[in-house]
Amino acid sequence: MNKLSIRIEGLSRVYRKKRKRKWFRKQPAESAKDFVALDDVNLEVRPGELFGLLGPNGAGKTTLIKILTTLLSPSTGNAWVDGLDVVKQAKELRPRINMVSGGESSGYGILTVRENIWLFARIYGVPNEQIKARTDRMLDVVGLADKASSRVSHLSTGQRQKMNFCRGFVTDPKILFLDEPTLGLDVTAARNIRQFIQQWMKEDPRRTILLTTHYMAEADELCDRLAIVDRGKILACNSPTNLKRLVQEHPLFAMTLSPGPNGLPELNGLAGVRQATRTETPTTVELKVSLEEEPAIGSVVSKIAASGAKILTLRKVEPTLEDVFIEHVGHGIESEAG
Amino acid sequence: MRATLILAVQAALARAYPRAVWMTRNRTWLIQETLLPVLSVSAFAYSYIAMKAPPEYVGFVILGAAMTTFWLNVLWAMGAHLYWERDSGNLGLYIMSPAPMMSILAGMAMGGMTTTTVRAAAIVLAGVLLFDVPFDPTSWWLLIGVFLLTLLALYGLGMMFASLFLLWGREAWHTVNLLQEPVYLLAGMNFPLKNVFPMAVAGTALLLPLATGMDAMRQVLFRAEGVLHYSYEIGMLAVLAAIFLVSAKWSLDYLERKSREEGRLTVRWE
Ligand SMILES: Nc1ncnc2c1ncn2[C@@H]1O[C@H](COP(=O)(O)OP(=O)(O)OP(=O)(O)O)[C@@H](O)[C@H]1O
Ligand SMILES: [Mg+2]
Repeated sequence: MNKLSIRIEGLSRVYRKKRKRKWFRKQPAESAKDFVALDDVNLEVRPGELFGLLGPNGAGKTTLIKILTTLLSPSTGNAWVDGLDVVKQAKELRPRINMVSGGESSGYGILTVRENIWLFARIYGVPNEQIKARTDRMLDVVGLADKASSRVSHLSTGQRQKMNFCRGFVTDPKILFLDEPTLGLDVTAARNIRQFIQQWMKEDPRRTILLTTHYMAEADELCDRLAIVDRGKILACNSPTNLKRLVQEHPLFAMTLSPGPNGLPELNGLAGVRQATRTETPTTVELKVSLEEEPAIGSVVSKIAASGAKILTLRKVEPTLEDVFIEHVGHGIESEAG
Repeated sequence: MRATLILAVQAALARAYPRAVWMTRNRTWLIQETLLPVLSVSAFAYSYIAMKAPPEYVGFVILGAAMTTFWLNVLWAMGAHLYWERDSGNLGLYIMSPAPMMSILAGMAMGGMTTTTVRAAAIVLAGVLLFDVPFDPTSWWLLIGVFLLTLLALYGLGMMFASLFLLWGREAWHTVNLLQEPVYLLAGMNFPLKNVFPMAVAGTALLLPLATGMDAMRQVLFRAEGVLHYSYEIGMLAVLAAIFLVSAKWSLDYLERKSREEGRLTVRWE
């Protein structure tokens, strides 16, 4: 039987609201409102997979990664990484994993980039020559080679993030967790990093990556499979292609509108309309309508026209991962979770 | 087992590294850590000299100032560092790594010890050069042994406190802060414990590794009268060191478990 890289069974995590701490006094038993960050999550990731978690802010992605990297205990349920229980076998597990999160502020400002990477590889027991070789390679990948001897405190936010990205790979983990690895990076850097991630996965089929991202295109390009997470629940889990195929059954139209004086009419609920989502720009409104049947577009158009709005463009479109996301979560990833 | 030990040593050295680097890249510390403490010691020394106290009394001041330096480093620097490590996100990385947390704290202690040793050395040097303190130990080996054992007990206590501070928050820190002056008094910073305090108080004071260590060192260095014979005090120091180190391990494990449960390992709180 092929061992799974990650197996999650009935996993939940509840954050207890912080109660006021008082010295040497037992807390009153009355419980403040608790927050369910993960709710009965089940998931399997196979070795060699580049697996993505996609979800709006506060969905529970980071919480899940923290549990899998032994930084947080589950409230109920179990999780195994590389066959090891993340709670009971944390010690055995730790040498095999690593994690990088976008926007983390770790590191020592007084050290140089190279020294900093060295420090965090050394606590994994990586021999010095290997650290040197891997650091050289990684710094090249992220384009930080010229900053190798600069102090960490002199780096820009993005450079600091690139350094931390390197930190995750220098220990050569079997299973790597990347929490928004390209957050805040420029287009070229993000692309180089994506390319490197794919390359790194090809080099050894036993490697596994679990990553989270807010960039749909990134998830689409990188991930073998994706889970869409919202409010602590997994809503869908499949390959990007299959996820898109599921929404492809329904015709999808994109419109650019110039709204009339009374704004736009409510389209959700109109006969034949499955879902309508709008994105406002300063002067126009982008509207995406998913329909049961194609002819329903007629009634959509007349309803809009009746409201006094002008239709600037109208075209039939192929679904993107974003549409899959909207289909499941009910709103675009740009807007806050309701 | 052997691999774990090697990893622990590597991790401790790695964690001590930023401090060592800081010493070479930050120039002002040398003045701050040598000139200033020497000035404050001089004030005490001159008052003993003005009183025409026996020369070993100036020696007590020098010894007290040097050893208290370590004590301060243990209590404040280690606690503050661990806080900072948590807030900057490094603590999460350390816990996630295979290196035992004890080795990370030991690395922090070693880092702190390096600067503190320079400071203490400056004070001792001032004692020899400025005040002509009669350093004439019964045995140098014994002196060094007692000194190292005292450091072990002190930094064991520091490792324990650091994790307790993190567990209990800043309030705990403030509470311990209140103990600073009583500790100086009890430890006999500038005077021998024996004959000053009644036996019961002096005996209680020996539960502080700082007090025990200094009492033993005063005996070895200046042949002063101790509360107990130094051989007993060496035994006590060894026991204290063991207790503190085991407690440090225990409280670190507890800290890790507790914060994993409460989700506070990587978050600022309070
Ligand atoms: N330590 C904590 N204490 C209390 N609540 C928390 C804690 N950490 C996270 N939460 C809550 O749990 C929910 C999930 O948070 P999490 O960080 O996992 O989201 P996420 O999916 O990573 O979001 P983002 O895309 O913004 O990074 C959020 O509503 C958050 O407020
Ligand atoms: Mg997150």
